Amino acid sequence: MKPLFESEAFVRIAAPVAVGIVLFAVWEVGFRLASVPVYLFPKPTDIFASLLHNGPSLLRALLVTLRVTLQAFVAAVILGTLIAFMFVQSRAIEVSLFPYAVLLQVTPVVAIAPLIIILVKNTQLSLTICATLVALFPIISNTTLGLRSVDPGLANFFRMNRASRFKTLVKLRIPGALPYFFGGLRISSGLALIGAVVAEFVAGTGGRSSGLAYEILDAGFTLDIPRMFAALFLITLTGVLLFAAMVALSQWALSDWHDSETRAEA
Amino acid sequence: MRVLSSVKPLDEMAKQMTTADERPPAVEVLSAEKVFANGARGLAPIDLSIADGEFLTLIGPSGCGKSTLLKLVANLIEPSDGRLLWWRGDFAQVGQEGRRLAFVFQEPTLMPWARVEANVRLPLEFGNMPRATADPKVADAIAHVGLSKFNRHFPRQLSGGMKMRVSIARALVTDPNLLLMDEPFGALDEFTRNKLDDDLVNLSWERKLTTVFVTHSIYEAVFLSTRIIVMAANPGRIFRIMTIDQPQPRDQGFRDSSKFAACCRELSTWLAEASLQSAGGGES
Repeated sequence: MKPLFESEAFVRIAAPVAVGIVLFAVWEVGFRLASVPVYLFPKPTDIFASLLHNGPSLLRALLVTLRVTLQAFVAAVILGTLIAFMFVQSRAIEVSLFPYAVLLQVTPVVAIAPLIIILVKNTQLSLTICATLVALFPIISNTTLGLRSVDPGLANFFRMNRASRFKTLVKLRIPGALPYFFGGLRISSGLALIGAVVAEFVAGTGGRSSGLAYEILDAGFTLDIPRMFAALFLITLTGVLLFAAMVALSQWALSDWHDSETRAEA
Repeated sequence: MRVLSSVKPLDEMAKQMTTADERPPAVEVLSAEKVFANGARGLAPIDLSIADGEFLTLIGPSGCGKSTLLKLVANLIEPSDGRLLWWRGDFAQVGQEGRRLAFVFQEPTLMPWARVEANVRLPLEFGNMPRATADPKVADAIAHVGLSKFNRHFPRQLSGGMKMRVSIARALVTDPNLLLMDEPFGALDEFTRNKLDDDLVNLSWERKLTTVFVTHSIYEAVFLSTRIIVMAANPGRIFRIMTIDQPQPRDQGFRDSSKFAACCRELSTWLAEASLQSAGGGES
């Protein structure tokens, strides 16, 4: 069992890494042979060199984007969970408010970002608000669904034992909602980053500089294409790390009992 | 109060019926009937006295109202007419006098996120019992169903039979006076079912539990019960009553005995008759 499992884990890491290496190699060698100019499409080595060369400014930009993303994500989780709890308290609340949550979700953030950036003087805060709006919906919908998806047999058992509303919430509804909640976290963490970057673009075109999106814009103006790719690479890396963190978190919380996170033992 | 005065004669009747016994019956069903909201007669007026310490089984064709009767006894539903008494009082008095009911369903209905011990502790937490008082009771209940080695396991790590044991431990942990079981072993294979029946029959005897048990299995009914109520449908009613006067504790020897076979044969005939009688009432 053990060696098989180890090889399985090995394959799961090694295979994508191998594909990546091959892709980079083809990219590097192919572009070198075709001598594509750097200002059209840079090679991996060009990007890496730019990453080193512009290290401090890119890192500063990364921290700004990361801060907006994390602030928005935390705000979305707190707000979304509170709203979800409100929704399950009464059908009337949900029915009257849910359409507005949908409205918030379907409105493209690019469309409302300029408005928010104009209204809110503080750039950091306006960006955080934009990103929060994008990241909020998955948390609301998933947590609401989870809080409602109570095992009917267990709910019956709680009712028969005259469990209080509070006990039912703490002992039954919240633990039962966790798998859905963590599913919402995964989607929402990615959306928070997207929201932050999109909002930075809007703010950047308006001349307010900040974050990795602004680095991309700025690099575009100066035709520093490798720097553009380097910033893009950092955004992607951030997204992947965020997602991995959410996966790890949900594994840590659910691995004991939930089917989605338990390894087959048969 | 008008309701109370109208049922007074029933009350008197019940007292007269049982003055001979020194211990009051656990449950008295006094002309209780159930008509459902759609007008269907789930249960014709039923009179039944469940003695303290009795193992009573309800068996019958589907639609005969055995689950409805169990729910009446559990006070999960109210009778449309007539009434029920628990230890000579109404249901509100049950808790006040420190008596408890416990249920076991067909599904184990365990919390998948909680370990065995936490699942068993749940009913005590409803009563806000402190951990120090609860823990020995939990350990005792788990030991009673033979799962002490598994108390740190999660439900998904257990077999179907073991989950059912946890469910029984959860019912026993409150030290109930009345145990109500609705086809608890219906989903298990026969071998596991027999094993659990062996344990249950001795457990209820040792703990002097009054048990009301619903099943579809003739063998299970005969093996477990001190009394079997055969019910018929359309409307749901008591068809016949069989008393099994085999002393407790019972074991495999009872299953192998000719007495067991004779009881099963007779019960089987009765059930066939009950099905025939049930068919007439316009069931689609």
